[in-house]
Amino acid sequence: MPGHPAMIALLLRDLKLATRAGGGFGLGLAFFLIVCTLVPFGVGPQAEMLSRIAPGILWVGALLACLLSLDRIFALDFEDGSLDLLATAPMPLEGAVAVKAAAHWITTGLPLVLAAPLFGMLLHLPARAVPYLLISLLIGTPALSMLGAFGAAITVGLRRGGLLLSLLVLPLYVPTLLFGAEAVRRGAAGMDATTPLVFQAAITLLTCALIPFAAAAAIRINLR
Amino acid sequence: MSLLSVHDLAVARGGMRAVEGVTFTLGAGQALILRGPNGIGKTTLLRTVAGLQPAVAGRIEAAPDAIAYAAHADGLKTALTVTENLRFWAQVFGRAEIAAAVEAMNLRDLTGRPAGTLSAGQKRRLGLARLLVSGRPVWVLDEPTVSLDADSVALFAGAVRAHLGQGGAALMATHIDLGLPEAEVLDLMAHRASSTGRVVKPAGFNEAFA
Amino acid sequence: MSIWEYANPVKFMRISGAALPWVVAGAAICTLAGLIWGFLTPPDYKQGASVKIMFLHVPAAMMAINCWLMMLVASLIWIIRRHHVSALAAKAAAPIGAAMTLIALVTGAAWGQPTWGTWWEWDPRLTSFLILFLFYLGYIALWEAVENPDSAADLTGVLCLVGSVFAILSRYAVNFWNQGLHQGASLSVASGERMSAVYRYPLYLCMVGLFLLFLSLLLIRTRTEIRIRRTAALQAREGRP
Repeated sequence: MPGHPAMIALLLRDLKLATRAGGGFGLGLAFFLIVCTLVPFGVGPQAEMLSRIAPGILWVGALLACLLSLDRIFALDFEDGSLDLLATAPMPLEGAVAVKAAAHWITTGLPLVLAAPLFGMLLHLPARAVPYLLISLLIGTPALSMLGAFGAAITVGLRRGGLLLSLLVLPLYVPTLLFGAEAVRRGAAGMDATTPLVFQAAITLLTCALIPFAAAAAIRINLR
Repeated sequence: MSLLSVHDLAVARGGMRAVEGVTFTLGAGQALILRGPNGIGKTTLLRTVAGLQPAVAGRIEAAPDAIAYAAHADGLKTALTVTENLRFWAQVFGRAEIAAAVEAMNLRDLTGRPAGTLSAGQKRRLGLARLLVSGRPVWVLDEPTVSLDADSVALFAGAVRAHLGQGGAALMATHIDLGLPEAEVLDLMAHRASSTGRVVKPAGFNEAFA
Repeated sequence: MSIWEYANPVKFMRISGAALPWVVAGAAICTLAGLIWGFLTPPDYKQGASVKIMFLHVPAAMMAINCWLMMLVASLIWIIRRHHVSALAAKAAAPIGAAMTLIALVTGAAWGQPTWGTWWEWDPRLTSFLILFLFYLGYIALWEAVENPDSAADLTGVLCLVGSVFAILSRYAVNFWNQGLHQGASLSVASGERMSAVYRYPLYLCMVGLFLLFLSLLLIRTRTEIRIRRTAALQAREGRP
């Protein structure tokens, strides 16, 4: 497969950069923790109330934490010229986009998935909902990273792109959020959550299959 | 045999046709230096040749994966070391060998240093070493000698000469004399869209409505 | 003669200029007549006089969706065939579509208050329109944010394609998430309980009126955009900024 080693090299470089000083690794996780801390301050400490809204809070918190680091996916590479070079490298730009979204998921989405059950305890999430939370986040967060990469690709050359990025990306997150939170809610209520999980998986697969082409097109437009 | 052939090329900058009627051919061992005042469209022309921008008119013929482009920004990550930076770009371009490039750009003593701690000239040398590891025959260079001192300019000229000697070619925009007497010079003033005697033709979206 | 000839700016300006007075007159007559006729209909036995909001609500909601469809088609034409008028028509349509969505939402709220006893309900249809409104906002904001007109047209085109897919996905996701109170499509021929003719004919008239209103606003806005581009291009030719 041509371009394969190049894509692995890009993935490893992005992971390395994220974990080095100034890479911003862990910021999303800290933000997620803050959201889960602030919500009880806002709605009151009653366990019964928190346990009812926990699925939604955890999903919205994970989504916002993911949003926080989206502009970094392409902005730094745009500034230092890496994006020009990647666009002329012997690797399809679509592949580079997919790899960079994957790196974003590994450094931002995956830690959120792993931390979510812990933060669920803060919000009195019922124990039987925890597997559903894990699975729905595991299925859904890759779509968040990929759609985020699309938003980042559209806004990469813009001044004040950050706010616009949120405005463009958040409506795209609606289906993933709806099915994800619904699965956890059903899990918490002891109901069967297969249907929302299957729909969510379908959306993630569709996103991963189609969005790299749209994002690569947006990058080519922005590089001209 | 020509490595890069440009025929009657016109490029636009900021919605205006900048230069037009540019024609040249680069064969193995040939170098061409573009000259012209700031803003005439040298960068735009080079980006068009590199395939990053569409041409307004004309043809560009080059073998696929022949062109290595280097601009003002070097594509370097400050948090990675010199070796890590070079090895990454070597892998992206499907090559493993970086020692020769380190040697040629005199970076041997700096290999373990993070790129962020290098001086401007050292960074520039690292950026040029990236060109070497790409292994591509046609170098398209935008102001390659910015922030280089006299010794480094000579080092760079030597690298270009070695590249030409190995059957490569180079297209460069530069203001200073590189000490490459064999390089031809193309003055873009003669191709400026406003000086060719015709009405300046703007390009781009709005022009469709004029 | 090909339909694409109308994508030529000069031809578009000439024909749209000739058609515009008729379209505007038609929009004014149909909308006013439809709304007045609708206002004079007898109150519904269940919903009372509040049913008359329908004559604005339903056509606005239809145009809100159809406007996005029109933008999708225009974006595809721009991306595939590079007709500049098409890109500008998509740009010109977006604020009209956003306004139609807003009208549908506000009239929906005003109708919901007497009927369901609440101004806002997270009903699938209302929620879908709220999401559609967000898509319109993002699309408009992207046109505003990108300075290079070629890039703006291309990027908004890509956003419109991706947005359409996710707007449809959201529609079905929202349906799954909350079954809702909203009544179904009362106009569909297949459905058993059809709306009585007393309401149906003024409603048809309002639909035609709002469609013509959309068309006249679209033509006016597209013509303005074309004139702005023409001015900018002529200024660029003379070397002025």
